[in-house]
Amino acid sequence: MDLFGIPLTALLSQLVLGLVNGSFYAMLSLGLAVIFGLLNVINFSHGALFMMGAMLSWMGANYFELPYGLMLLLAPLGVGVLGVLIERSMLRRLYKLDHLYSLLLTFGITLVLEGVFRSFFGSSGQPYSPPEWLTGATDLGFMMLPNYRAWVVLASLAVCFATWFVIEKTKLGAYLRAGTENPRLLEAFGVNVPLMITLTYGFGVALAGFAGVLAAPVMQVSPLMGSNLIIVVFAVVVIGGMGSILGSIFTGLGLGVIEGFTRVIYPEGSATVVFVVMAIVLVVRPAGLFGREK
Amino acid sequence: MTRKPLLTTLAAALALCAGTALAQTGPLKIGFITDMSSLYADIDGPAGAESIKMAIADFGGKVLGRPIELLTTDHQNKADLAASKAREWIDQQGVSAIIGGTSSGTALATNKVAAEKKRPYINVGAGSARLTNEECTPYTVHYAYDTVALSKVAGKAIIQKGDKDWFFLTADYAFGYSLEADATTVVKANGGTVAGSIRHPLNASDFSSFLLQAQSSKAKVLAMANAGGDFVNAMKAAKEFGIFKTMKPAGLLVFINDVHSLGLKNTEGLLLTDGWYWNQNDDSRKFAARFFEKFKRMPSMVQAGDYSATLSYLKAVQAAGSDDADKVMATLKSNKINDLFAKNAYIRADGRMIHDMYLMEVKKQAESNTPWDYYKLVATVPGDQAYTTPAESKCALVKK
Repeated sequence: MDLFGIPLTALLSQLVLGLVNGSFYAMLSLGLAVIFGLLNVINFSHGALFMMGAMLSWMGANYFELPYGLMLLLAPLGVGVLGVLIERSMLRRLYKLDHLYSLLLTFGITLVLEGVFRSFFGSSGQPYSPPEWLTGATDLGFMMLPNYRAWVVLASLAVCFATWFVIEKTKLGAYLRAGTENPRLLEAFGVNVPLMITLTYGFGVALAGFAGVLAAPVMQVSPLMGSNLIIVVFAVVVIGGMGSILGSIFTGLGLGVIEGFTRVIYPEGSATVVFVVMAIVLVVRPAGLFGREK
Repeated sequence: MTRKPLLTTLAAALALCAGTALAQTGPLKIGFITDMSSLYADIDGPAGAESIKMAIADFGGKVLGRPIELLTTDHQNKADLAASKAREWIDQQGVSAIIGGTSSGTALATNKVAAEKKRPYINVGAGSARLTNEECTPYTVHYAYDTVALSKVAGKAIIQKGDKDWFFLTADYAFGYSLEADATTVVKANGGTVAGSIRHPLNASDFSSFLLQAQSSKAKVLAMANAGGDFVNAMKAAKEFGIFKTMKPAGLLVFINDVHSLGLKNTEGLLLTDGWYWNQNDDSRKFAARFFEKFKRMPSMVQAGDYSATLSYLKAVQAAGSDDADKVMATLKSNKINDLFAKNAYIRADGRMIHDMYLMEVKKQAESNTPWDYYKLVATVPGDQAYTTPAESKCALVKK
């Protein structure tokens, strides 16, 4: 059966793959949005910390024989701790300055992290197999979907939804949102805002680390895996609206699907379609699809 | 111009000219440019550099009274990096010859530099047959294998087994294009059809999208015009997505390292072309044992080729009595090569090293008795038949 002259099976299978990629975009842009929302920091090191999550997972498996399930908890924790250290020691000195300085700092951190890992591991990927309980594939009729990829979509959606719930519906989230609007006033109420900021940064990058663990069996665990994604993720955040939680989730998934769609119709354009969409959105709605004018 | 600046300028100009001349004293420098850290690092890489050092040591460490020095660098699969390093080595370090590693893009770029600067360029690791066809020069030797031999040996064998409808998964650079083109020629010449092709970026992280498109073409054979890490990842992803339920894999360039990575379970029955196998005779086994001690893995044909190419070059320098490029190239093309890599091999006028190529089949797990015992020899194809024949050649240097 053909739709627009393309076999339906090909279309559906690319859309499913697009959903998988979209899950990564959603998780990463969620972390970025949370960090930008509260800290006003453009966290360029998000990609490198995503890579660190995958690397920690790989190192845990290779050097300590730790199971995947355990690394799903440990790796984000490790990346979160690293994030807290970065924030405490370096990032907090730059809050008073222009956005650009934190961008440069986090960019520098990316270069350092990627360089160090590249010197140890080379730039091609280390293999990482999915865990026993997620191998195998399900026959969807139009394609065989590896169970692991289905898990990626489900886990990402669960974490994204949980994050949204915490931020929008709980007291802690209320503090976070208040801190975004007026940190001085919140501090006057007795809330420890600097601590909140540190933990938020840690949490945001922990999300990236979690995405990294999910990504390890899908992409190659390579020092450059983050830099391949980060540019697209930034475009996603811009399209969704910087600081909007729901925006980044929907936009991430949506753009993953659009990319998959483009791969079938016009494969050469699949790398650039996200930026074309970004350009259009910026012209029509400069604050992003779900963003609010500040 | 006043006198002093004029003299200085003259002196500087003379010094520049002197730099490009070959030094007749001091160490004889050989340069080795390859992928040391990326997807081709295992099949050549630092172990290839070691193989060259082994050859230098076995030769005696000196030639014509001059100690031999090896310079190495990582081109990271970037053609401009390789070319500029080659240029720098020749201009500033007085390198006498360059041995080329993997990646056809870098090989083609270095080839041009070597021809311009008149230095022998012996490429061992790259695949593109363009090096001895459209881009042939009097100073280039293409040593271990090429895309034509890969297509004519295994490509033909796979079609003759009956799988005639092919779809290409091609690495998006010079090597992929060459291999796809040469394999397509062989497919069509043997009554097969090509349903289509799709290009993936070099060192792609995720093959799922490309493989699904290959599957939707309904072709019977998934021909992989890629190598090294790309081949391994494509095979793994294909297995994950159940591609092999409807298509058969055809690996057009498979190294023993890839079979080791994937395991015999995932590669049994695969037909492939090889230029050298560690277990083919006593000489090869001896070299393999030395290599294994250092690296805990068996050498690939490229690493054995690095050893042999170095030895052949040094022998030619010795016989020619100088490292002058024209004299050395003439000597290289007039003597037979007999060493652990090949027997009764020779270098043709177009720079192609003609030697026997082997059609290998990957053993089943049960048939493999010792570690790295992966291949069984199906057929030996003489070099004259495996490589581009003079009649087919697009090089002006070979007589038709």
